Amino acid sequence: MRSVYVIGIGITSFTRLEYPLSEIAAYPAMMAMKDAGRKEIDHLYVANMGSGRVNHQTGLASAVVDTLSLTPAGAEAIENGPASGASAIKTGYMAVASGVHDVVMVTGAERMREVNNLEATEFVATLTHPLAEYIYGVTLPSLAAMFTRLYMEKYGVTERHLAMVAVKNQNNALKNEFAHLQQEISIEGILDSPEAMTNNPYVAEPLRFFDCCPVSDGGACVILASEEVARKVERPLVRLAGVGQATDTHAVHEREEPTDLLAVRRAAAKSFEMAGLAPSDVDVAELHDAFTILEIVESEEVGFFPKGEGHLALERGETAIGGTLPINPSGGLKGRGHPVGATGIAQAHEIVHQLRGDAGERQVKDAKVGFTCNFGGFGNNVVCLTFVRGN
Amino acid sequence: MSADLESILRPVDNPMPPFPAKHVTIASGEEMVIRQVTRDEIPDILPHVAPLIYVERDFYDVVAARVYSELLSYYRYRIQDAYVLVAQIDGELCAVVNGRMATPEVGMSLHTLAMRRGLRIGAHAFAAKMEYHMDIMGQQEVLIVAESPIGFRRWMIEYNLEKRFDVPHELGGVPSWALTKELFDRARATLVVGRRPVPEELLEKAHAAILPPSDPPTPPEDLLAATRSQYDSTGTALILQRWRQEGKV
Repeated sequence: MRSVYVIGIGITSFTRLEYPLSEIAAYPAMMAMKDAGRKEIDHLYVANMGSGRVNHQTGLASAVVDTLSLTPAGAEAIENGPASGASAIKTGYMAVASGVHDVVMVTGAERMREVNNLEATEFVATLTHPLAEYIYGVTLPSLAAMFTRLYMEKYGVTERHLAMVAVKNQNNALKNEFAHLQQEISIEGILDSPEAMTNNPYVAEPLRFFDCCPVSDGGACVILASEEVARKVERPLVRLAGVGQATDTHAVHEREEPTDLLAVRRAAAKSFEMAGLAPSDVDVAELHDAFTILEIVESEEVGFFPKGEGHLALERGETAIGGTLPINPSGGLKGRGHPVGATGIAQAHEIVHQLRGDAGERQVKDAKVGFTCNFGGFGNNVVCLTFVRGN
Repeated sequence: MSADLESILRPVDNPMPPFPAKHVTIASGEEMVIRQVTRDEIPDILPHVAPLIYVERDFYDVVAARVYSELLSYYRYRIQDAYVLVAQIDGELCAVVNGRMATPEVGMSLHTLAMRRGLRIGAHAFAAKMEYHMDIMGQQEVLIVAESPIGFRRWMIEYNLEKRFDVPHELGGVPSWALTKELFDRARATLVVGRRPVPEELLEKAHAAILPPSDPPTPPEDLLAATRSQYDSTGTALILQRWRQEGKV
């Protein structure tokens, strides 16, 4: 297989965007082409979860490739729930690594705020098991709440730990001009003050308002290329060194141990193995914190910390910018936002910035290895990516 | 204008008890003071409302234009039985809410204008306004409307307001919604918070000066961004990237 490099990146603000979905996908793509200094693209993959349902638009890849005037390049959409972004990157990786294409664009977009919050939550809930979960009214917040309750009882995680993740990531987002949430929060304000229950009410106990990511519109793009092409681009080399994907039971209750996220564990292991690296080699990570509990658990399952000790590393400040292993310096899904189809690509976008050394105020010092975990379903389809600076 | 004519034009206010100031810890951990302002303080507020008239999103333009008019009317005695509350953090103006005592039993909620967005700043200020009508003035219900979808979520949905569609609201004659005493009592535990008395130091700071909002809503800086991404919170996400790539920032 050939080595695969990221030669261009682009992103929109993650917020409420009033322009069409195909343009939300196209703008970051234009930025990425400008970043790469290249307009020739062999193939386009568009990551998206809900265009047909939420935006009444199908055939999104055809719309985007034409919007970008990239015809007659091949184009197709990739849908893998909230892991659509990393799935599309994985597909682009295979296209370049196999030698089928030299330059592949992977852009992701979602326009979720076309509908109200209730409809958006219902739309995301359609990824649950239709007969065992969905018909009983399960939503992602309710699944995450049950998972959190179990995790708290088993490993001693408390609401304070969840609030610490929320504060860390939302305050990281203040350093990211493209992040959805631009308000500083504090433990005092969301947990300890007499007004905390109003400021931060329960959404699905024990998860509160600030434990949940916002519903966002947004797009992000990366351009992947062979080494031959990458060496001609005037950007620091960032190699996509490892790609891992794994699945788990569709219905969460069918898992032998519901507090284990085996797909995360297996996808991360595959990604590290392909890269020839270990979790201890990682300098910076973007983990899928759609709910605060997920950052803690994923940090254990990918191998950064022993099982049941992620919250202790958080307490010690290891996952903060300036800590030994900063997690979600971009703000994560919690602070940057979560336009589902774009999220996995936004994670890669952040890691490329970090490895290039141009992440500004949120730069992790001398980052050489970066890692992303894009969590589909409720952990039933997970894609992990490992990036390295240089070769 | 003769003094005689002014006495005809100027409404005579009915007595209203003052709103006792309170303070709330918001999600950022900052202490926000909510207090009633006097007529003399209105000129200090108006310059911070005026720029919002040009923010064409979330109905800031409509609300700011109306609030400006209402505050000016209050200052120049052309509205009856009105009051204005402000929310301040370290003196900084974060929200303005106002209303009227329509009758001794019925309150008329006018506007809630948040100058600093998020963190329930507007929602806390609105709750204080409802508290003023229900607990301080002892009214039976408050008539409410919302110009923006955000207002609708915060008032109509969170307080589960009753429809009073047969009553045109003073704001544009649109159908009213009502907060009754019973609904307010239900919401009291979860939505109406704050502590009294306000520590002296906090109150002194609030009274010392009404400082300009530090991060008020603004129109996008770039016309292209304005047309293509009017709800882009950074206003110029794409432009920024272009500038960065061109080495301009």
